This record gives sequence, structure tokens and C-alpha cells, in this order.
Amino acid sequence: MKLITTLAVTTALAAVLAAAPAYAQTRIALVVKSLGNGFFEAAARGAEEAAEEIGDVEIIYTGPTEPTAEAQIEVVNSLIAQQVDAIAISANDPDALVPALQRAMQRGITVISWDSGVAAEGREMHLNPSGNDLIGNTIIKLAADHLPEGGDVAILSATATATNQNIWIEEAEKVLPNYPGINLVATVYGDDQSDKSYREAQGLISSYPELKAIIAPTTVGIVAAAQAVTDAGKIGEINVTGLALPSEMAAHIKSGASHSFAIWNPIDLGYSATHIAYALATDAATAEPGSVIPIGRVGEVTIGEDGQAAMAEPFTYDASNIDEYSSIF
Amino acid sequence: MTDTTNTPHRHIPDRLDNPVKSAVFSWETLLVLVGVAIFTANAFASPYFLNEWSLSDLTFNFTEKAVIALAMALLIISGEIDLSVAAIIALASTLMGMAVQWGVPTPGLVAIGIGVGLACGAFNGFLVTGLKLPSIVVTIGTMSLFRGLSYAILGDQAYGGYPADFSWLGQGYVWWVISFELVFFIAAAIVFWFVLHRTNFGRRIFAIGNNALAAQFSGVRVARIKFVLFCLTGLMSGIAAVMLTARLGSTRPSIAQGWELEVITMVVLGGVSILGGAGSILGVVLAALIMGLVTFGLGLLNVPGIVMSIFIGGLLISVIALPILYRMWKERRQ
Repeated sequence: MKLITTLAVTTALAAVLAAAPAYAQTRIALVVKSLGNGFFEAAARGAEEAAEEIGDVEIIYTGPTEPTAEAQIEVVNSLIAQQVDAIAISANDPDALVPALQRAMQRGITVISWDSGVAAEGREMHLNPSGNDLIGNTIIKLAADHLPEGGDVAILSATATATNQNIWIEEAEKVLPNYPGINLVATVYGDDQSDKSYREAQGLISSYPELKAIIAPTTVGIVAAAQAVTDAGKIGEINVTGLALPSEMAAHIKSGASHSFAIWNPIDLGYSATHIAYALATDAATAEPGSVIPIGRVGEVTIGEDGQAAMAEPFTYDASNIDEYSSIF
Repeated sequence: MTDTTNTPHRHIPDRLDNPVKSAVFSWETLLVLVGVAIFTANAFASPYFLNEWSLSDLTFNFTEKAVIALAMALLIISGEIDLSVAAIIALASTLMGMAVQWGVPTPGLVAIGIGVGLACGAFNGFLVTGLKLPSIVVTIGTMSLFRGLSYAILGDQAYGGYPADFSWLGQGYVWWVISFELVFFIAAAIVFWFVLHRTNFGRRIFAIGNNALAAQFSGVRVARIKFVLFCLTGLMSGIAAVMLTARLGSTRPSIAQGWELEVITMVVLGGVSILGGAGSILGVVLAALIMGLVTFGLGLLNVPGIVMSIFIGGLLISVIALPILYRMWKERRQ
């Protein structure tokens, strides 16, 4: 009996020692809106790449199952308890995460947001993948490029409360007058769920017989819309475009349901966020307006007056380059 | 001399079971064992778990849901259910946010949150007891109705700017690491325990859940008690809305999405029969603690949320299946 007790205790101790992390490292948590999303998996790959480059960094890639603020707060609380050095978050809600992230900063954790931002008081700086105005213009231009005669277009977005989608749609509406003949007839919401997005796309196809393009600035929505167009036998009549992952759209580019779409490189985004978080956590840089932070192979970012920085412009993918990129992300 | 040994006589016990024996083999004991096992596993698995602030943060993962679960337990014991609790939070939070824009101070905001919850609960209660509609249908409907109203008012906007003393209700500490939310939950649990297990009202809830018709013929005012329970569930949802809104510091119509299922999971894991008629407040409190321990413990290990929900589902099924399997095994042996 005594032997068994001794064995049990030593095994447990060994387990604890094995589980104890190396304290010398800088631990950077990459918190995403929800796990199981190809975009964020790609960002995590970029973060790992940056960590390897810097050397002394451990990446904790985490996020909730449901894309809600409450679930993300639970994740942030557990990261605070783990005393990580930095949190780089793509937020499900710009306001609701502020109290939790402020608590993290009070306990000495560097907090930055990327992709989908947090209100200024809840982070030190925000990294935009691109300029919102550039994205808003790009999604309309993608549709207009293939509509020389003009025509009806509709937008299929994620949730009605998704911060970045709403800003892009707003920017897109601003540049509409620059594209004469392009007529935005509806904006619908698929909640970033495949089945709901598919039904919303079907609804658009049947409600607007003159529809020439569906613009979906979300990777779930665009795939569902392309499938709906394919199933309705409207390939060639309705062009599906927007923002998406190349791997998910490759088949629809080849079938012709989509002529082209755009996205910034999520690998670069995770990579840049990691570089910035490391620089701020190790005091190599400060998060002040005007300060310039080098981000490895991507170049450098300059923090603007509003505490935000833009990484790069979105990149257009079509039949000529889809094979090359669909194997990457 | 009388010989008593030959007279046939029967021993009638004061209680059906030996109280010690029934306590040892109860559902609550099983939950305590599961809870202790998970706590110990957490302490060994993560060096950050046994820290007063970690344990304090842990309580925020379940207190608001557990506050609703207390009232939901009573409702389910009575044979009804309320699926609209999360939607009540959304509506109460939205109207509190609206009031902030008009400059209403903290006591007013709390009154609005609780008042809206109570009104929503009364509406559910009226539809179920007044119009004799099944509660599952009614509350699926009001779930869409209440949250729909929030979306209609807010759209993709958010209400913010809650006063600092209001935030204390969701973020503040009464003493050291003991949060206001935790203190409120413990106080509410004691009140609910007393009501369910030590009052006539509580006995009547069990009677209704076991056989509503028999209870009716025994002079229990079934409809009135059910109506009160719906109001109570709405009231507790309103209080949860106050605490959650104060913790988040902002309101969006998607607030507390999916919480109704987590609340019901707590109640069922706590040993309340989903068919009504059986259950205890102690069990619900223990189940809330276990769910908090599991989610926080797995979070500390950075286990993906997908694995976490699989774990919770597995826990629920196994804790419910274990006693049934045990009983089947025992019957087969006899």
C-alpha cells in the first residue's frame, strides 16, 4: 500500500514538472474570434513563423467555440491567470471585451488587437490588415470589373453586429457613385453560418431576377453564395465575389461561379501581430501615435493618431494565381 | 406475563431510508466527488490554478448563469421550462442601455433591469397558465420575441457609457477576492434552498411536478404557483442581466447568446429531473461549480473550446447515466 502511495505521488509530481512551462520565454497569446476557421488557422501559422524567427517566443493559439464576447472573456480570464506576456486578440465585440482586457493590462500584460478591433481604452494599439477604405473600394471594384454595362449587385454579410463587415459595407456604399451603373439592391446577413448564408443567397437569387453579382465580405458567406449560384444553374449570369480564403474558393473559381475575389494574407497578419506584440512586450517599441514598428519580412507599420496601424492592401486572386495560393491557405 | 415475541408486529420507520446512508449514496455526494476530482486534476495540471485571483476569476464563468439556474430548477421541478431566459437578458440589458442614454442613475438602471425581467417572466407565466399553452412552445416563441425586440432597438449598434458605480455590480469585489456576483449567488442559493426545501410553497412545487392533477384536487393552486415561478425565473434573469451588463460595460443584442442551454445543463447536471418532481438546490449549486471548474481548468491548459464542449457533454451524459447503470447492475445481481 505504501509503495502504491509513493508511486502515485511521484508520478503526479513528475507530471507537474513536465507540465511546467519554461519561464524564460516570452509567451504571446493569439486569441481569435472562434476556432475552426481557416482564416485564423492561417494567422496562427504566421504567428508560429514569426515566433521561430524571433526565437525566444511561445505562441498560445486559442479562442472560443462560439464567436461570442462572453466566451472570449472566459478565454482572456484564463490567459490572465496564466500570466502570459502579451495578448493579441481579434475581438468578437469592440466594447464588451474592454473591462477584461483592461484588467489584463493592469496586471502587466501587453494587449493589442488585430483584424477585428477593440475600443481604444481596451488595447495599446490595433493592427488593421488593410485600410477599411481600401477594402470597401476593392469589394465594389471586384464586382464592377466584370460588369462593364453595370447592373444589380447585392451584399451578403456575416452577422449584423460584426464590426469589420459593417465598416467595409459603409465604405463600399461611399464609393458606389464612382462606379456608374452599379446598383446595390440589398444587404442581407448570413450570420457566418453556412446554411443560413446559403438560404440568404437563394433568397437574393429569387428576389432579384436582374441580379448580376453577389458580394460577400466573409469567407463563409462567399462559399455559400457560390454554391447557391451553382445549384441554381446561374453560373455565368451571377458573379460571386468578395473576401475569401483561396483554398475554400479554388473550386468555385475553376467552375466560373466566381471570377475573382480578394483577401489580405492572413499568414502575414498573424506574423505581423506577433512581431508587434513581441516588440511591445519586451519594450523594444512603444505604442504611441507616430511610432514605427518593424514587422520582419512584411516591412514596418506606423501607428496613427487613433492608435491604429494598417498592414497592407488586399490582394486579388483569380484563375491565374488560385492554384499557387490555394495550397498555402 | 405477556409474550411479545409471538405477536406478529411490523416496524414502521420514521424515515424511508437511513439518513446517513441516503446522504452517502445521494446525487449530491456524487457531484461533490466529481467536483473534488476535477479540482485536484486542475491543481496538478496547471501551476496557475491554485492562486486566489485565478479561483476568483473562475467564479465569473458561472455566477450569472447559476443565478438563473436556481429559479430554473424550481420551474423544471414543477414540470415547466423557460427557454427565453437568455433573450430576457438581452431585452433587459438593451432597455437598461437605453435608460443610460437618458441619464438614469445606477439605482434606476438596476430597477429597470429587474423590472423588465419580471415583466417578461409574467408574460411567459400568463401565456402558460392563463392561456394554457405548453411552456416549451411559449418560451421558444418569446425567446425570438424578446431578442428580436433587442435587435429592432439596437441593430448593429451598442449601448455603452454605464456609470462607474454600476460597473461594480459586475466587476466589483466585496472583500479581498470575493466578488459581489459570488456573494449574491451564495445569498440567493440560501434563500432558494430555504424556499424549496423548508416551506409549504416548496412542497407544493414538488407536488405539482409529480402530479399536477392530484395537486390541484388536493387544494394546491397549481396555476398560481406556476405563474409565480415564471415571474421568479424572469426576475432572476433580470438580475443576471444587471450583473452581466455591468461586467461587460456595454450592451449588444447578441448578449448572452446560447445561455439558456447552459443554464438548463446546470440544472439537469444538478440532479433535477427534466420530467419534474425531483431535485435539490444543493445539487444545482454543485453543478454550477463543476461547470465553472471544468471550463476554467481546461481554459488554463489552453484546451480548444471544441474539446471543452465535448467534455461538458460527456460529463453530463456520464453523470446522468452512472446512477442508472448502477441500478441496472444491482437489479441484475438480485
